[in-house]
Amino acid sequence: MGEMEQMKKEAEALKTQIEAARKAVHDTDMASAAAGVAPAPQVQLKTRKTLKGHLAKIYAMHWSTDNRLMVSASQDGKLLIWDSHSGNKVNAVPLKSSWVMTCAYAPSGNLVASGGLDNMCTVYNLKTPVIKTVKELDAHTGYLSCARFLSDTEILTSSGDTTCALWDLETGKQKTVFLNHVGDCMCLSLSPDMNSFVSGACDSLAKLWDVRDGQCKQTFQGHTSDINAISFIPSGNAIITGSDDCTCKMYDIRADQEVICYQDAALNSGVTSLALSTSGRLIFAGYDDFNCNIWDSLKGEKVGVLSGHDNRVSCTGVPEDGMCVCTGSWDSFLKIWN
Amino acid sequence: MSNNNASSSSVAVAQRAVKQLRLEAKIRRINVSQAATDLKNFCLQNAHKDPLLVGVPSSDNPFRPPKSCGLL
Repeated sequence: MGEMEQMKKEAEALKTQIEAARKAVHDTDMASAAAGVAPAPQVQLKTRKTLKGHLAKIYAMHWSTDNRLMVSASQDGKLLIWDSHSGNKVNAVPLKSSWVMTCAYAPSGNLVASGGLDNMCTVYNLKTPVIKTVKELDAHTGYLSCARFLSDTEILTSSGDTTCALWDLETGKQKTVFLNHVGDCMCLSLSPDMNSFVSGACDSLAKLWDVRDGQCKQTFQGHTSDINAISFIPSGNAIITGSDDCTCKMYDIRADQEVICYQDAALNSGVTSLALSTSGRLIFAGYDDFNCNIWDSLKGEKVGVLSGHDNRVSCTGVPEDGMCVCTGSWDSFLKIWN
Repeated sequence: MSNNNASSSSVAVAQRAVKQLRLEAKIRRINVSQAATDLKNFCLQNAHKDPLLVGVPSSDNPFRPPKSCGLL
């Protein structure tokens, strides 16, 4: 009994210490610091392509590093590989389980992965004469919410079992398990240098992890509901999160705190997904209200909207060359905008 | 007996929580003003190369077929 009381006291003292340390460096916020910056232009993007082919809600999409191919996942039980320039379907991968929640393209372009309520991450080789399942990664005890390849031999996953894991694709086993969240992990984003990643969870926290040693290095709080989307900004110094609390936030890694909140009284739908333009200036955030709002990351102002879907925007993605933004929706379509 | 097991596992959970908080408390933090300046500079320096910010000319837009001149 005494020991528990002591530890509770120490935990409270440490939390107070952390808050004080954050406050001590909080000499301004992002919006004030960016007051002198010219506003981003009002962004009016047009739909250049509507990709039709899925027969049910789209839950995820991910660009290939070639800036042309992309993979999408739908609860019609398929992964579709698209050539975004022509709008044609290049491949269709039938899924064993149609309850898919995530998909990923390997940087090499050789592999794609999917996962969902089957609690597994399945990896497919696109380059064999017939697309083959190369591994079924089976160890999570909850749904697979997100997967991202580091290479053809390693993949990171986040799960409803509250853990994230780094897998060896040659053995099919978990190399490292990342334990610290107390709610379902919903999303993850790899840092540009690939040495760390951030995860967002239903405990309303975002956490920064060291990929190699499994250590949780920092915890970012402020959201008041599930974090559904997360992304590093291209410089690697900050992250953007999107939440069911209807806001997005930017947290700076080195200042260890929230530096700006993207919110609007008129917006009362949760954020489902987000992607950034290559300079990090524009945030494309998909919402439950069928729209994708465009935010000026420095000033915290809304500078545009992508309207065109007839149902929730479930996923967004900007390719590496930044030439467009893709939105995927429960209306079964993907749209390419620029 | 079961009480002991329950309390020893909550002790373990509390120990992990304290250990994690100790680690997080130790990190060095920079001023938000410094962080904001670096973020601002990165955005501004890369703005001219950001196709979604500056716009994509139709002739260079891979998602849009090039306009052909109807007159010819």
